[in-house]
Amino acid sequence: MKRTFDVAIAGGGIVGAACAAECARAGMSVALVERELVGGGATAAGMGHIVVMDDSEAQFALTHFSQRLWQEISAELPPTVESEPTGTIWVAADDDEMAEVQRKHEYYAARGVRTEILDQHSMREAEPNLRLGLAGGLLVLEDAVVYPPCAALYFWKRARDAGATLISGTVAKLEAGSLQLADGTAVAAGVTVNAAGAWAAELTTGVKIRKRKGHLLITDRYPDFVRHQLVELGYLKSAHSVSSDSVAFNVQPRRTGQLLIGSSRQYDNESKSVDHYILQRMLERACSFLPGIGTLSCIRSWTGFRAATPDTLPLIGPWPESPGLFLATGHEGLGITTSLATARLLVDQIAGRPSEIAIQPYLPSRSFMESHA
Amino acid sequence: MPEEISILVNGRTIMVPAGATVAVAVTMAGDVCRTSVSGEARGVLCGMGICFECRVMINGHDHCRSCQVLCAPGMEVVTGKSGAP
Repeated sequence: MKRTFDVAIAGGGIVGAACAAECARAGMSVALVERELVGGGATAAGMGHIVVMDDSEAQFALTHFSQRLWQEISAELPPTVESEPTGTIWVAADDDEMAEVQRKHEYYAARGVRTEILDQHSMREAEPNLRLGLAGGLLVLEDAVVYPPCAALYFWKRARDAGATLISGTVAKLEAGSLQLADGTAVAAGVTVNAAGAWAAELTTGVKIRKRKGHLLITDRYPDFVRHQLVELGYLKSAHSVSSDSVAFNVQPRRTGQLLIGSSRQYDNESKSVDHYILQRMLERACSFLPGIGTLSCIRSWTGFRAATPDTLPLIGPWPESPGLFLATGHEGLGITTSLATARLLVDQIAGRPSEIAIQPYLPSRSFMESHA
Repeated sequence: MPEEISILVNGRTIMVPAGATVAVAVTMAGDVCRTSVSGEARGVLCGMGICFECRVMINGHDHCRSCQVLCAPGMEVVTGKSGAP
C-alpha cells in the first residue's frame, strides 16, 4: 500500500471524514486514519443538529456558512443520513426570555436567517406537548437534523470515490510530515491533520482541548410527540458554564418517531459510564418542558466526549509550533454542523486559496496571542 | 374447559382462554405485532420479555410487550399493522 500522501488525517469522525472528502476532491492524495469505525466516537454519540448559533459573530459565521454547505449537498445525501428540515424552536419560559427571543430574532433577521417569533398560542399549536404557561419561542426555519454516523460515512465515501485511502489503526505519534501507528507503521505526508476530537491534546502537546462529557437518551417511537428540535433559551448558559456540571433541555425528533433527549455537560469526568445523577437531572429538566416524557419508554442512554476549547471556538489551521501539522478539532457541541465549513476552511489553507469567511477567529495561533496579551 | 374471555384486537372481538397473554390473542387474530422502521412485520420472538419484538398498544399505552401482559376482559389491543397475509 502506498504510504506517502499529500495529506494524512488522524481521526475519522465527521470532521476528519469531511476534511478527507474535501482534500481528495481538491486533487490531493489522502489517507484517513481511524482507530475504530468511521463516524464513531463523538460523531455517533451526538444528536446531529444542523444549527445556526449566535453566541458570537465568529460562531455565527461558521455555523451559517456550514449550514449553507449542508443545504448545497442535501439533494445528494443518501436516505440513511435521515436529513430532516425540522427547524429549531428556542423555547422561552418567561417574559425575560421572550426579550431574548426578540433580540435573537433581530440578530438573525439582520444576517439573513429566517425566523418566526411564536407567542404562547402559536407555540402551543406548533408543539402541543410542551407544558402550559411557557411564554413563547423563536422558530429558526432552516435548521435541520441529520443522523451523524451515516453522514460521516457518506463523507468518507465521497473521499474514497476521489481516491482517498482508509488506514485502520491507532495514531501513536503525529508530527509535521508523518504519523506513526501504534503497530510501528509510518505514514509520510506533506500535511498532517489532527482531527482527533476530544483526544487531540493527546496527539499534539499544548493544544488546549478538554474532554467535555455529555449524556443522551433515546426513546421508543412516538411519532409527532415533538415536531421541531426543541432547545431551551437557557441552553447557552449551560454550554458556556465552564466551572460546573450542567444540564439543559434539548430534544430532537428522529425520522423514526424516536426522541433524542439531552443534554448534559461535565468536565473532569473521563469515565464513559452513564452517570445516573446527571441523567436524572437531565430528564427532570426535559420533563419540566415536556411533562409527557415521563410516560414514554426509553431504549438506551449513553455518553460521549465533546472537544472543548477555552473560547468555545474550534481550532482550524496550522499549529504554530509545527508548520505542516494542521488542526481540525475543538468543535465542542457543533462538530456536526460545522464539519463541512471546517473542511472547506482547512483545504483553503492547505491549498493557499482565499476563504469565503474570515479564518482568523479559528486559527490555532490565537491561543498563543492570548497567552502573550 | 378453561374460562374464556373476550378482548378487542384491532377492533375485532377475539375469545381467548383465561391466562392467555396478549401475544396469544394477537396470534389468534392473525395479526402481526408491529412493523420495523424498515417496514418489516414483527411478532413474538423470545416470548419472555427480552427482545421487545412483540410490542403493541394496550388500552392506549404504546410499546407494551404483548408476551408479558395477560389478557383481561374488555382489553383493547392495537397492533402496528394488522391483517398480515
